[in-house]
Amino acid sequence: MRAPSAVGPPLRDPAAGRRVGLAVTAAILLWPLLVLAEFEPWRLFDASHLAVMAGFLGGFLPPVVTAEFLALLVRATLETLAIATAGIALAFVIAAPLAALATRSLSIARIGPGPGLRSGVALRTVVRGLLTLLRAIPEIVWALLFVRALGLGPGAGVLALAVTYGGMLGKVYAEILESGDTRPARALLEAGSSRLGAFFYALVPAAAQELASYTVYRWECAVRASVVMGFVGAGGLGQLMDQSMKMLNGGEASSVLLVFLGLVVVADLLSALIRRVLA
Amino acid sequence: MKRAAAGSTGASLPVRHDRRCVECMALAFGIGAAIVASFAYLAVDWRGLFSSESMRLMGRFTAEFFPPDLSPAFLGRAAWGALQTFAVATIGTLLAVVAGGLLALPAAGRFGTPARVAARFALNALRSVPELVWAAIMVIAAGLGPFAGTLALALHTSGVLGRLYAESLENAPRGPERALRDAGSAPVAAFAYATLPLVTAQGVAYALYRLEMNIRMAAVLGFVGAGGLGQMLYFHLSIFQQAQASTLLMAMLLLVFAVDALSGWARARLAPAYA
Repeated sequence: MRAPSAVGPPLRDPAAGRRVGLAVTAAILLWPLLVLAEFEPWRLFDASHLAVMAGFLGGFLPPVVTAEFLALLVRATLETLAIATAGIALAFVIAAPLAALATRSLSIARIGPGPGLRSGVALRTVVRGLLTLLRAIPEIVWALLFVRALGLGPGAGVLALAVTYGGMLGKVYAEILESGDTRPARALLEAGSSRLGAFFYALVPAAAQELASYTVYRWECAVRASVVMGFVGAGGLGQLMDQSMKMLNGGEASSVLLVFLGLVVVADLLSALIRRVLA
Repeated sequence: MKRAAAGSTGASLPVRHDRRCVECMALAFGIGAAIVASFAYLAVDWRGLFSSESMRLMGRFTAEFFPPDLSPAFLGRAAWGALQTFAVATIGTLLAVVAGGLLALPAAGRFGTPARVAARFALNALRSVPELVWAAIMVIAAGLGPFAGTLALALHTSGVLGRLYAESLENAPRGPERALRDAGSAPVAAFAYATLPLVTAQGVAYALYRLEMNIRMAAVLGFVGAGGLGQMLYFHLSIFQQAQASTLLMAMLLLVFAVDALSGWARARLAPAYA
């Protein structure tokens, strides 16, 4: 459908100038970033890299399914699941109270003039800072710290996951509790309810589904973070993957990758189930 | 409101409530059992955590991080590493926005069911491989350095963003696009002028969220030799130079703070188009 030129001037995009300007600015900003990231796609087609990669990927098929390796794989999967589950459980224990402290939705002082506004703001700022500190330090550094206490093994991995994911869950919980419908909580607080009452009867029921699905998503991430846990000898799929990669054993690597794929599908199903029950 | 109030006093509610509670009790029991089983399976001796000996060891490890190395030469290197990490995360996220967006179109069912199933499988496969494993594979494919990290982030994030984009495309109202199509517009133009504006704000918000996460991840990817702050951190930690490691951790913290603040500000300005 072209506008007939006899009727008026040809059609023109009124935002064209702005769009071109934005694109040029973006390109100028992007260039140094591309240089810094050493963005050199042709390196992928370097003959020596291609040969190593072809050998490695060629080994992917068929995946290794010998009884011996499968036994190893099952044990590593159980270990990974146990580390992720225990880590997320502890992270929840850390995150839930901190999120309740950090969320603005439970502030009574914000409703009207009254004492405690400053101290409330100060408390929330301190808690938010603590949450940021917990999640900004990488898992591996926490793991190195806890290895000092618990020695090499899954314990340090569980605690490292608990601390970092506690920080992440706490921040996101607090944001979910603020972004949802906070009117019921406000109504309860205005009617003289305690903060705990408003939290359990107004805020949590409204946000339960979202909270649960984010927690399950984080559990899925924790399963993947087991790769990091291999570094502290926590075992699990990460360590197995690391060994297969170092020996360039494509068949074993593809078996491990298939397990990762299966776990992600399981996490999706679990998330859907929990959301359905909470609906 | 009145009808809802009347309904809640009706006889149907307690029955429904009972049935649901059986379900949620079962779920709660299942989750509880999984947690207990996990702790039992790992059989970690947690007492080690609270002994005075381990407290002393952890305290000493923490104390070694202070004071951080603030010599100008090292600060310069840390700043360079932070810039590189920022570049890796940004380029990786941008590539993922493009690839995820392209995969989201078939995944949202726009090219028929077989394409939808295939695209969903590809997205799940991209997403299920952890960034660190992608990085290890990309180090084989592209050699050591930040480029491998960029590709690793791009591959994993494509899977995540593609799935989210496919969901927003499916949730977006179909009316405007159909109206343009019925008026004789070409398919691409109808998509670009009717559906795309509806999902852009949400899509940019998702991308910014992922950028925040990728900054953190890019800092860790260095552990497999993918450049940036992570590589420096791994190097200094492995030779027990905690003072340098502590400077790098602070650089990481600053970078995370800065990007979180920037992206939070940008997200707050993005009102959803249809709200």
